[in-house]
Amino acid sequence: MKALRFLLVGIFFGIILVKSEAVSWYRIYEMFRFQSFHMYGIIGTAIITGIVFLQISNKGYIKSITGSKIHVPKKEHGLVRYIVGGIIFGFGWALIGACPGPMYILLGTGVWSMIIVIAAAIVGTFIYGLVKNKLPH
Amino acid sequence: MDLQFILNPWPWYVSGPLIAFVMALLLYFGKTFGMSSNLSTMCSMAGAGKFSDFFNVNWKDKLWNLTVVLGSIIGGFIAVQFLSNDSGTNLNPTTIGELEKMGFNNPGKSLVPNELFGLENLNSPSTLLLLVVGGLLVGFGTRYAAGCTSGHAISGLSSLQKPSLIAVIGFFIGGLVMANFLLPLIF
Repeated sequence: MKALRFLLVGIFFGIILVKSEAVSWYRIYEMFRFQSFHMYGIIGTAIITGIVFLQISNKGYIKSITGSKIHVPKKEHGLVRYIVGGIIFGFGWALIGACPGPMYILLGTGVWSMIIVIAAAIVGTFIYGLVKNKLPH
Repeated sequence: MDLQFILNPWPWYVSGPLIAFVMALLLYFGKTFGMSSNLSTMCSMAGAGKFSDFFNVNWKDKLWNLTVVLGSIIGGFIAVQFLSNDSGTNLNPTTIGELEKMGFNNPGKSLVPNELFGLENLNSPSTLLLLVVGGLLVGFGTRYAAGCTSGHAISGLSSLQKPSLIAVIGFFIGGLVMANFLLPLIF
């Protein structure tokens, strides 16, 4: 039964991202060309709402389903990995017009070519795992 | 009741808070909002742990992650089949003009350009190469940066983490260079 809640969250997420047009290749292009406020509005209001939620839950007003404190895991310290990894991801994001969530959602909308992108992304992740220890972080 | 407001694209000020709600739900269920982790989980399931310790994790603990992915595929299907009309994406006319000049037909009429994702274009080695390279960049980059748009831009910035701010600046440097300088060379 626990799986059902995650399935429902996923369905909800997929619907939101299609209806918001955040899965649109064109919206991503438009964002990176600074020709529309749309994507900035989505990301901006998501962050503001998220900050408000986390501030309220930090004060203990909202607890997780098991009664424990709600917390977002701390990212490790670092610079190179975030900036270089971020740039590499950014190249892919603007080319494919989709980040890891939308890749799957678009597959659901009937963009079958996304299977190739997803397979390549899995290989890309695998390559990172192979060379991880040789990279600066 | 007039349901056009559901069938039409949703405005950003509705969508943004709803995305934050997805993050809140996952945190409430004791998990985190980060969509790129599933790529790593699939590597672990396929036995990548034999080649790199990075993938030596108990992937059974991460199956919830793949369940979210499965749901998102179903959600995409439901959204286009039952919750959409043929209104298309209301792009900036400048954007449409630019893309038409680059050779894209009917920008915004569908979610992705047929020139890149149309099945009939998979015969073209250059199109196939672009999809593969794009996927490799996304998969390698997210893992190197330890997160993607959901993990860093939404979860990380909402929790005011500096590494996520650095990563998001990286996302934008890469995206800006690709969209402004490389895409015009490619298309």
